[in-house]
Amino acid sequence: MPEPGLFLDHVSISLHGHRLLEVSRHVAPGEILTVMGPSGSGKSTLLAYIGGFLDPVFDASGEVYVDGDEITVLAAEDRHAGILFQDPLLFPHMSVAGNLVFAIPPAVKGRTQRYRMACDMLAGVGLEGAEDRDPDTLSGGQKARVALARVLISAPRMLLLDEPFSKLDAGLRQQMRELVFAKARETGLAIVLVTHDEADAKAAGGDIVHIGGD
Amino acid sequence: MIRLGPPLAIFLLTGPILIGLVGTLLPALGFLPALGGMDFTFAHLADAIGRPGMAMSMAVSLAAGLVTAAVSVSAVFLFVAAFAGTRIFDRVQHLISPLLSVPHAAAAFGLVFLIAPSGMIARLISPGLTGWTRPPDVLIVNDPFGLSMMAGLVVKEIPFLLLVTLAALPQVRLIETRALTASLGYGRITGFLHALWPAIYRQIRLAVFAVIAFATSVVDVAAILGPTAPEPLAVRIVGWMSDPDLSARYVASAGAVLQLALTVVALAVWIGLECAAAAILRTVCLAGWRLRRDRLLAWLGLAAMLATFLAIAGGLAVLAIWSVAGLWQFPDVLPQNFSLRTWMQAGSRISGPLATTLAVATLSTLLAAVLTILCLMRGDEIGKHANGTLWLIYLPLLVPQAAFLFGLQLLFIFIGADATFAALVFTHLIFVLPYVFLSLSDPWRAFDRRYDAISAGLGKKRWTTLFRVRMPMLSRAILTAAAVGFAVSIGQYLPTVLIGAGRLATVTTEAVALASGGNRRVIGVYAFVQMVLPAIGFLVAVTVPALLFRSRRAMRI
Repeated sequence: MPEPGLFLDHVSISLHGHRLLEVSRHVAPGEILTVMGPSGSGKSTLLAYIGGFLDPVFDASGEVYVDGDEITVLAAEDRHAGILFQDPLLFPHMSVAGNLVFAIPPAVKGRTQRYRMACDMLAGVGLEGAEDRDPDTLSGGQKARVALARVLISAPRMLLLDEPFSKLDAGLRQQMRELVFAKARETGLAIVLVTHDEADAKAAGGDIVHIGGD
Repeated sequence: MIRLGPPLAIFLLTGPILIGLVGTLLPALGFLPALGGMDFTFAHLADAIGRPGMAMSMAVSLAAGLVTAAVSVSAVFLFVAAFAGTRIFDRVQHLISPLLSVPHAAAAFGLVFLIAPSGMIARLISPGLTGWTRPPDVLIVNDPFGLSMMAGLVVKEIPFLLLVTLAALPQVRLIETRALTASLGYGRITGFLHALWPAIYRQIRLAVFAVIAFATSVVDVAAILGPTAPEPLAVRIVGWMSDPDLSARYVASAGAVLQLALTVVALAVWIGLECAAAAILRTVCLAGWRLRRDRLLAWLGLAAMLATFLAIAGGLAVLAIWSVAGLWQFPDVLPQNFSLRTWMQAGSRISGPLATTLAVATLSTLLAAVLTILCLMRGDEIGKHANGTLWLIYLPLLVPQAAFLFGLQLLFIFIGADATFAALVFTHLIFVLPYVFLSLSDPWRAFDRRYDAISAGLGKKRWTTLFRVRMPMLSRAILTAAAVGFAVSIGQYLPTVLIGAGRLATVTTEAVALASGGNRRVIGVYAFVQMVLPAIGFLVAVTVPALLFRSRRAMRI
């Protein structure tokens, strides 16, 4: 019986022979593992390793399992790791709905159905009616919500959050944090959150790993 | 597929050049079995050197390379040192950048139409200032020392070196360093020279070498503006090459070997000059000269840029007028009447070469763009972009065209592919690829890789990410690089003449062939078409992304 959730088995990353981090943890569905460390400590490389886009200058070892499947042997596009960065990084050449439709798995057929699914998801993050807008005309908070909607609609197997709230101002940050964590629990995804903000860690409420800074 | 990119590109950049050099060297040493040459001999080299006026031909070619490089580099240095970071700099940059797309031959014709005794400048000041009522009998164009040829080269190389310098500029800390040197009491130009120029020059050095290699071996500009008795070395070699007597191939190949040697000597002299300049710079630095009163030098740099713009833009305007001129007597500034007769007469003759030009340019550009993108993707994949291979990318621009194209032509004859469309596209690709690569690599590497990570996280294959995310987002950069490649292909003269072997003509080869005839109206038509084609390419590169993404604000520049 495979263990549900995300399992990091002796994941170790080093750069030029200097070890940046070493982690062994299990993250149950709906739980959040918070990785804390000062900037430059290499904490984002953990997400890159899990997601399959680690820069080849790093040396990494260890296995990552999702619901019992080893994903470290898969290509990045087969891992289905939903990622949120500190910038929303909406595709600037697509409409808001276009960004979401692009993310919908190919198993969902039919243009109208895919479009409706995108609209529903936008409504779910409080952005009904924004589907045909140019992403660049949205406010910072709206962009962040579209980015969240985009990642959720892609039916990811886990969520990787790379300081996703750090560029939002204080009020918005609290709001986004609640929204992201609520959505994640709703979908039952294992989450790895990388941050240097104590408040993020506290709100996440899960396990905390400290790296770097000795 | 992606793995194939770099090896293919490396083969394309080195293979034809190495094979071509060998194919040039062997006949030069007497070995050409097809013509019965089986014995190694230095007789052909001696023959080439012994041709009348050879010393002068070589001296002019050598001088052209060094003078063109020295003048262009100095002008660009003075302008950048004095004005970088100012509003004038941005304006001038917008004036000069488009000039890069003008083919050398069209720019050279434009200059002829400006400075010839019956040219526009003489018309503007006659008879008022000069008293001339008929064109004076002076040799301005085709002067024996090649000065007008060097001028024609300088006005084309200044835009090139300026753009290369602009690309290097973001890598130095301009504003802070300027403030620092100013606080130490240095003049703008001297401060820039000591604190910033060495780092910038290191970045543009290969481009300067390319200018020297090009100017020592140029054929089209030399045929239009250069001296005639004797002609510069490269023009004479091409003359021997097109001799119907096949045995002239030996001396032509020997000439090509001399051309290679001459370019190497020019580069060696330049490197010597670099060392001397560095030593002088050190001495001046130790002496602590501040040179605060540098306004005259600054204006000189600005004047050089404006003169470049006026020479090319003015020349092209006069070309355009000639193509529709009816009766136009000296010293009238404008023709008495205009007519489309030349266009209608030339129209039917130009359509064939025009179709060839467009087909070769489109295909070679497309291939170059695909190869470049494959190489850059491979670079992303292995996590490094081989900066050590910059030499390799520049190689086709550093080896004189004549030196390896002869051998390459022999190879094509040997495999039965001479004068075929495929051979012509392949040969253009050798010269188009470096420019497309150099134009696209910076924007490609500046792309935020996190978009790739997001797309992969959404379950998209690499090709989907490439076509749906990266290429649309970089559409302007990709199309601009393609427009550069397109312009380079259109401007190619020698590769087209040699590999096309007269059976595949382009607008450029036809235009240069008209040079000796001197029918200004027909030249006006051909040179105008030659100039318009690259401009259309750049227009497409700007308008297509603007139209496609017209409702996407972040996609605007």
